[in-house]
Amino acid sequence: MTQDANPPAIHVETLTKRFGTRKDGEVTAVDGISFTVARGSVTGLLGGNGAGKTTTISMLLGLLLPTAGRIEVLGVDMVRHRHAVLPRMNFSSPYVELPHRLTVRENLTVYGHLYGLSGVKRRVEELAEHLDLTRFLERPSGGLSAGQKTRVALAKALLNRPEVLLLDEPTASLDPDTADWIRTYLERYRQEAGATVLLASHNMLEVERLCDEVLMMRQGRIVDRGTPSALLARYGRGSLEEVFLDIARARTNGEGADQGSDREPADAAE
Amino acid sequence: MTPTALHPNPTFSPRRVGAMVLRYWYLLRGSWPRFLELAYWPTMQMILWGFINQFMASSSNWVANGAGVLVSAVLLWDVLFRGQLGVSVSFLEEMWSRNLGHLFVSPLRPGEWVVSLFTMSLIRTIIGVVPAALLAIPFFGYSVFSLGLPLAAFFVNLILLGWSLGLLIVAMILRYGMGAEGLAWIVVFMLAPISAVYYPVSVLPEWLQWVALSLPSSHVFEGMRAVLFGGAMRWDHLAWAVGLNAVYMALCTLVFLYSFKQARVRGALLQTGE
Repeated sequence: MTQDANPPAIHVETLTKRFGTRKDGEVTAVDGISFTVARGSVTGLLGGNGAGKTTTISMLLGLLLPTAGRIEVLGVDMVRHRHAVLPRMNFSSPYVELPHRLTVRENLTVYGHLYGLSGVKRRVEELAEHLDLTRFLERPSGGLSAGQKTRVALAKALLNRPEVLLLDEPTASLDPDTADWIRTYLERYRQEAGATVLLASHNMLEVERLCDEVLMMRQGRIVDRGTPSALLARYGRGSLEEVFLDIARARTNGEGADQGSDREPADAAE
Repeated sequence: MTPTALHPNPTFSPRRVGAMVLRYWYLLRGSWPRFLELAYWPTMQMILWGFINQFMASSSNWVANGAGVLVSAVLLWDVLFRGQLGVSVSFLEEMWSRNLGHLFVSPLRPGEWVVSLFTMSLIRTIIGVVPAALLAIPFFGYSVFSLGLPLAAFFVNLILLGWSLGLLIVAMILRYGMGAEGLAWIVVFMLAPISAVYYPVSVLPEWLQWVALSLPSSHVFEGMRAVLFGGAMRWDHLAWAVGLNAVYMALCTLVFLYSFKQARVRGALLQTGE
């Protein structure tokens, strides 16, 4: 347990996750990554499919136990004491759904009580108003459109006014208008609440717009990191999408992936 | 600074248990077919065995001497079955809706969740069995409530065994995924022949009698027959039932906790679903 009076929002040291056994074929999903996320910042986890983003987020949430390494969220060891910090965090993912047969109000009410909120009804209605969900409150969650479901998931994730918010592809499968609306809302929440946000995304525009810092992942390792502008400058590219492609194609070309490498990535990709 | 000092979060919160019970109650009240289904099978079973009881009473001294012995047996058997199913089905609801990922990033602790599953099991069992027991009175002129206080002891022991079995099934599904879903509906029937529900343990081959007597359920049904035939409570059977239940509950809890931890090692809490 860290004794620091004002620890960073997230601190990860040599975090590793291996699935399977040596006998059956071991897969290393996350390979000794280390990073720190400052309080109040928005950090993006970028990487292709299978890069280890969701596995990393799952370990940060305590849903998945690491094979090795250390995770601290708000100074609390997530492996040993996660229940001390879970009331101050929350999570949203389009791949983890809320019960379909419960209405939006019922789902949010249940989670409001799980997070120990006072004035659950008031908080649910307040969030419904903020996220334009009031007219859907009495409808079954399963009957909503993708955009509506994403807003409901976000409402659930904001119920407890989390200090640390983990988002796994928050705008996946949304139309540009809805996605933009969600990003605007997240920006506003972060500013108003001073929250720390870690988001995994495939959407480069989203990452450029929202993130102060980007961690580029490939094959379970962090292969580069920096502010969006620093990454663009380092790779000599005009967009993060091009940076992403450079890193992804380095894999295709059989390039190694050195965490924190100071080589010229744009050159390596070419 | 201790973790709890950072943000008070009790190790057991009745409010979180209540939240989960509310979640399952919302599901139940939102579907009248589910409500109906809960009472349907116990009622059908009671009617079937009630007529068998009436017929057997006219041709068998054994049944004739124990008023309502078969009706009592089927109703108490349903306590065990519904008790187990109540735990397993509430758990399966989370699997079907892929909700475990949300639940276990909330402050909910596994112990609180298990208590909510037990609470829902009790509610579902009462909704299922009590109407059937009440219907038996006008249908067959027999009230299982005439068993008196021993009925409460039988009920508690059978539902405890149902909860242990339910926990074991939850552990198996966490370990083997939805491929093991069918266990929720079949496991309890493995116990039926050796629980001596409708006949005494002495009917079984000797070697099987030892197996039967290792189950709390067989002691409950022997105790039930003792009350119905002789009017005396068999405290020895009750003590065995309580002791065995304590052992099975402890073992099944350990298996569940191990399985839950392994699910966190394998990432099953996020991945498991339909």
